[in-house]
Amino acid sequence: MKTKRHRKWGRFLAFLAIIAVVIGLTAGTSMKVWKHIPLGLDLQGGFELLYQIQASPDKPLTPDGVKAAVQAIELRVNNLGTGSPNIELEGSDQVRVQLAGTFNQAEAERVIGQTADLRMYGNATQDKTGKWVPDEKTLLATGADLKPNSRWAQDPTTGQNVVTLEFKDAKKWQDITTKYLQKPIYVFLNGQLLTAPTIQSVMSNGQSEIYGPTLNTPEACNELAKELNAGALPYPLKLISSTNVGPSLGFASLKATMWAGAAAILLIFLFMLVLYRAAGLIANVALVAYLYLVLLTFAGMHVVLTLPGLAALVLGVGMAVDANIITYERIKDEMRNGKSLQSSVIAGNKRALRTIIDSNATTFIAGAVMYWFGQGDIRGFAVALMISIVVSMLTAVLLSRAMLLLFTKSGVAARPWWYGAGKGVVQS
Amino acid sequence: MKARFDIVARRRWFFLLSGAITVLGLAAFLLFGFNLGADFRAGSRVQMQLNEPVDVQKVRDMFDKIGLSVPQGGVTVAGTRNDMAVVRFPEVLTQDQIAKINQAEKQTFPKSAGADVRTVNPIVAQQTSRKAVWAVLLASLFIVVYVSIRFEYRFAISGIVALLHDAFIVMSVFALLRLEVDLTFVAAILTIVGYSINDTIVIFDRIRENLRIAKPRSFSDLERLVDKSLWQTMSRSINTVVTVLIAAVTLYFFGGQTIHNFNLALIVGLVSGAYSSIFIASPLWVAWRGRQMRRSAPEKHPA
Repeated sequence: MKTKRHRKWGRFLAFLAIIAVVIGLTAGTSMKVWKHIPLGLDLQGGFELLYQIQASPDKPLTPDGVKAAVQAIELRVNNLGTGSPNIELEGSDQVRVQLAGTFNQAEAERVIGQTADLRMYGNATQDKTGKWVPDEKTLLATGADLKPNSRWAQDPTTGQNVVTLEFKDAKKWQDITTKYLQKPIYVFLNGQLLTAPTIQSVMSNGQSEIYGPTLNTPEACNELAKELNAGALPYPLKLISSTNVGPSLGFASLKATMWAGAAAILLIFLFMLVLYRAAGLIANVALVAYLYLVLLTFAGMHVVLTLPGLAALVLGVGMAVDANIITYERIKDEMRNGKSLQSSVIAGNKRALRTIIDSNATTFIAGAVMYWFGQGDIRGFAVALMISIVVSMLTAVLLSRAMLLLFTKSGVAARPWWYGAGKGVVQS
Repeated sequence: MKARFDIVARRRWFFLLSGAITVLGLAAFLLFGFNLGADFRAGSRVQMQLNEPVDVQKVRDMFDKIGLSVPQGGVTVAGTRNDMAVVRFPEVLTQDQIAKINQAEKQTFPKSAGADVRTVNPIVAQQTSRKAVWAVLLASLFIVVYVSIRFEYRFAISGIVALLHDAFIVMSVFALLRLEVDLTFVAAILTIVGYSINDTIVIFDRIRENLRIAKPRSFSDLERLVDKSLWQTMSRSINTVVTVLIAAVTLYFFGGQTIHNFNLALIVGLVSGAYSSIFIASPLWVAWRGRQMRRSAPEKHPA
């Protein structure tokens, strides 16, 4: 007959193997995974701009129009050439632009926010102050009629700096040049008269060029060309909120929070070891797996890690630990009720599971509502919280349970002491 | 049974204690109101991590030099080592002005780690605060629905009372200490709501289980049963809150400055959450459930 002392070393080896795999995988690849997680502005510095897309009475917002506006902003941001910009539509009419790193922020804001509003009119008059005012009724074409291939060029005959344009609809330009042959057309840029060339010939290939006193350098031409290519924004944008974080401040915050997080996790490890001994060790291994999986999920889903997100992650450790504490306390209860170690572990695991599911589901609901209603940092926090809950269900429940059962069934440590139970526990 | 503190029998004391705190909190709101952060109040907020004790006059002079007038009382000193200055402007700063601030800061305070500048216009501020309130209310509503399905409505309502109690205490502390309330504060409140209900549910779950094993026939049976459930889950309640507190306290003292208030809110909320789960939620449920029991029971079980 088998005795209680009988030890199954195979199971114990399997148990050790799980520990080795978890620790090995984490130690080996976590740095690589970490590098794939995009850091939020508060952690690496940068700036965030929140724009409102403004509708006007004659131009109400349409889903297609909003999409076009977001695309136009994307093009412009890409033209800035900064690393990993993040642009998202929030609500129905707000666009959040996040740019990380160091660069000329004022310049970036100007480029993103300002519309290269190019308009051509058939008629314009000078007011008393000498300012040219277009005759709105004679609007011929806008930047929206152009193909996104404008560029700087030099006129072969005059050597003048010009911006080449190509109309999407060649016929439209042909009609305009036919109608205004030998007459001037008025080109306005952002409400300022740029140039008023006289049409010399009918253009049938849709190509044209513009020049003017402010387009006297290749740089100025290039910039206008870029803005035109970025597409005329269908709607004007209004900057409604902005956040600027200095890069060194972000780095200091990241470092401080990382160290604090590491210290907190170490303290939790110690706490669990002291309280639950071998079972605590299992909980700690499950915690390592938890942290690793959360980081992996962050990297895989491209979740932007912000300071509150980092805090949620460390808090998630607390929640993951809670699942283990619930289980272990339950096992102790079962032992107190006189069950054997093995059946206590099995019953404790089973009974704790329902509690864990109910309590985690309610917290998950809170996270989901936060994501639904939140914006910016809150959303990052909510995502981090929800991921932590799901991952902790996998590690603190499934992994930890498998390890605990293997460990118990191996019979290597049969004394309740190893499970954090005191002397008063009845042993059968 | 070993002699131990009978929580349920003394519930009136805890209700009284929480009631007193609530009244104090209300008074704090009425007297001080919230110190709304840039996320909720239109204007600009410049937070500078100076890494040296803040000299308010020097900060003012710096802004004067670049042509920005700091309003009366516009500079607040913050940070664990009083090394952070927060300056508020009623107007929305332009990107050019922000660039100037960054430059001036580097010259005036060489040890500085840089600034965090936030600007918000009134529409967004209003929108954000409305969203925050809705988020808390909606989260509570969904939790009530879930708990009502899994348990019963009395548990749900008692649990919600306890979590609103916790959220309220954290808000009172912030109003009393004049701490800034911003978007991360809302995240903290929502986490506390999540933690508080999580903690409460674990205890409720044990009560539910014990109810299935032993059907209480009288009110005192019910009281005993809940008290037993509370003590059965006590070591779990304490151990869990200690682990989460370890994280929150370490982050409070050593984490990044921008999550300083966030962590303080968490610490207050975690302690309150653990307290209310044990001393408010379950006793409240007993009182409510017991009242109905006393109403329907007498004929069947004369005393």
